[in-house]
Amino acid sequence: MTEKKEDKFVQWILFATGISSILIIILIIVFIFSEGLPAMLSVGLFNFLFGMVWNPDNGIFGVFPMIIGTLLTTFIALLLAVPLSLCCSIFLAEIAPPNMRKLLKPTIQGLAGIPSVIYGFFGLVIIVPFMRIHFGGSGFSVLSASLILTVMILPTIISISEDALRSVPYEYNEASLALGATQWQTIKNVIFPAALSGIITAIILGMGRAIGETMAVIMVAGNVVQIPGSIFEPVRTLTSNIALEMGYATGIHYSALFATGIILLAVIIVLLLIANYINYKKRVTIGGGYL
Amino acid sequence: MNRIISPKNSQKIMKTIFWGSGIFTMFLLILVIGYILVNGLPVVNLNFIFGDPIDNGASGGIFPFIISTFYVTFVALVVATPLGVGGAVYLAEYAGENKLVKAIRFGSEILASIPSIVFGLFGFAFFVVYLNFGFSVLSGGLTLALMAMPTILRTAEVSIESVPKSYSEGSMALGASKWQTIYQVILPAAVPGIITGVILGMARAVEETAAILYTVGAALQAPVSIFDPARPLPLHLYTLATEGISMPNAYGTAAVLVILILIITIVTNTLVDRYTKKMMGR
Amino acid sequence: MPYRLEVENLNVYFGESHILNDINININNNMVTSLIGPSGCGKSTFIRTINRMNDTIPTFKKDGTVLLDGKDIYDPKVDVVDLRKRVGMVFQKPNPFPKSIFDNVAYGLRIHGLNDKDIIANKVEESLKAAALWDEVKDKLEMSAMGLSGGQQQRLCIARTIAVEPEVILMDEPCSALDPISTTKIEDLIHKLKNDYTIIIVTHNMQQATRVSKYTAFFLHGEIVESGLTDKLFMDPTDKRTEDYITGRFG
Repeated sequence: MTEKKEDKFVQWILFATGISSILIIILIIVFIFSEGLPAMLSVGLFNFLFGMVWNPDNGIFGVFPMIIGTLLTTFIALLLAVPLSLCCSIFLAEIAPPNMRKLLKPTIQGLAGIPSVIYGFFGLVIIVPFMRIHFGGSGFSVLSASLILTVMILPTIISISEDALRSVPYEYNEASLALGATQWQTIKNVIFPAALSGIITAIILGMGRAIGETMAVIMVAGNVVQIPGSIFEPVRTLTSNIALEMGYATGIHYSALFATGIILLAVIIVLLLIANYINYKKRVTIGGGYL
Repeated sequence: MNRIISPKNSQKIMKTIFWGSGIFTMFLLILVIGYILVNGLPVVNLNFIFGDPIDNGASGGIFPFIISTFYVTFVALVVATPLGVGGAVYLAEYAGENKLVKAIRFGSEILASIPSIVFGLFGFAFFVVYLNFGFSVLSGGLTLALMAMPTILRTAEVSIESVPKSYSEGSMALGASKWQTIYQVILPAAVPGIITGVILGMARAVEETAAILYTVGAALQAPVSIFDPARPLPLHLYTLATEGISMPNAYGTAAVLVILILIITIVTNTLVDRYTKKMMGR
Repeated sequence: MPYRLEVENLNVYFGESHILNDINININNNMVTSLIGPSGCGKSTFIRTINRMNDTIPTFKKDGTVLLDGKDIYDPKVDVVDLRKRVGMVFQKPNPFPKSIFDNVAYGLRIHGLNDKDIIANKVEESLKAAALWDEVKDKLEMSAMGLSGGQQQRLCIARTIAVEPEVILMDEPCSALDPISTTKIEDLIHKLKNDYTIIIVTHNMQQATRVSKYTAFFLHGEIVESGLTDKLFMDPTDKRTEDYITGRFG
């Protein structure tokens, strides 16, 4: 009897820990929304999202330049990181000899493990001066931030794409080679398409990482609230906006920073839903027989 | 057959590109780590590691910040480990495939992807202000716990699921209860994987900056009580570098942080290696 | 008539283990040759040596010669890709690509540089007809090949192989994953194909060997114990071990 009671008791505790991640998410959403909604309501959602001016001293809160800043840095980072990381993941999954794999796997782990503040510091002492010397201006710029983000999202995209490529059954590879295809033809026409949904998921998650990155970007982007005229001009992202001003914000300004957090939260959840939907759809098509 | 490049040549070209991308990626890591270590290691000596900061860190050592890092990380792990491992046991052994499990998985996926600054916002609003823990080791540690938890949960779940079903069947057939089986048979077999998860969660806590920016404070003394403010290494590096307090000390702090992360990574890899060898070897 | 394939003193190793031991066999043009023998005797390794699929295994080593139409296929000047175009292969487990039925057959044509849509469509139809699959799939060519039955998938793999017009077709236990009705269809197909192709088929099933092949070779522990006309080998084996195997005394 006591044994059974103990079992029930343990099961309840485990259940509680199991649902704790849901509870934490709900708690986070509730708190971010309850602190952020007042600003969104008083400024108006449209004015908040598309307002061109961010001037806390006069109570004007428009985050549009920051949205552009986030999208621009993320977009350029993806433009650079996607080709490099796809090549690298194909190299790891299909081409690299075992010794090379043994070197490259920890490399990617290492890149993923470097703290973002170290990346930011590296950008500050290497990339920013380089930009200043070669392209003029302060060196704090969209491009500086994008370059740092590129390196930071490489490991995410590489490791998830590699898993996707590796999960393609070896039979496809054999069948294609046996028909006289070269290795590259096999990769391009068979393996890559079969792994595509996983690769898209990898890119989406890399994108999420770029959007959410704060410290590295704050240290190299210049943080000027403006829609930059070129990639050599400074810019401020949504995440930096929060980190820069939380220290002294009060009242509606404080609330507006949480409202910025709402946007980030919403974007990340939408990205995750898309990634999950792609995976789900892939399972359905393979099972159902239709492409 | 009107091709611009023959299949054989495109094979050669692409192979070169793939090799190049792999080598370039390695070069990137060597560049970042090498640069930090070359410039930072000359500053690092016993006085730097065990000394107190002078003038906001313009000179002197970083001992209080090393203590802060360990303290905050410890608090984070004490909270995150039971939650993560418990959740993993629940998902792997108790829950079937139902809506709730899907919700838990999605929840931990969101937790793993929320931008760290949003955790910082939440930590500030909830722990610092609402629960009135103030800027403290506790507030910072709890915020980091939320971030480390999904990492621990996922790694632990995988390692629990990889324990062969025959183990638990063998135990149940002897009349052991479900919990006895988990406690005596499954968890011990999964321990190396769980430890790996905890170390990965630890890495996440050690390297994090944005989430503790507005939760842990910025003290220059080492924290004693859990309610004392603190300043972990990443935060100190950020302050040194962006406020231009001292570049040499910034390099030194960066080097110490990089070495700390390298040690954690190497320990994890050795553990994983041994674990896989043990699982495969017999 | 010269032999299509001549194998002389072939030895194959994977790392330390000696898989094939001094194999000598000649394979005739436009005929079916069966390779029989117990599991692990080296039959599959042998046929994978003929289209150099073993090259994908890092520990693979071999000595001896394999001549296709009198030329050494392991000569450094030989391009593996060209070789595999000439020596097609059908695998044990049906392995269509996760593409449409049409694209599966068109795949080999496209990678070999054929771009003309009409020619591709014609060849696909021809190949599917030759593989006796056309009537079953002609209305659903755009359907994923994953939706076909196992037997249909295997015939699709045969169609895919003959679309690139190889000289030799290797079949590695093509029916072992199929039900009896599908097996009969594949065997009928082999009968039809033997007029145009040199076929080497690995099989566990001795009845199948007697049904489809003119010649048979019996493999045991990496060696060829006996080879010759199928009828002779089964009715009047010269080696005691062959007799033991075909009468079911072991294996």
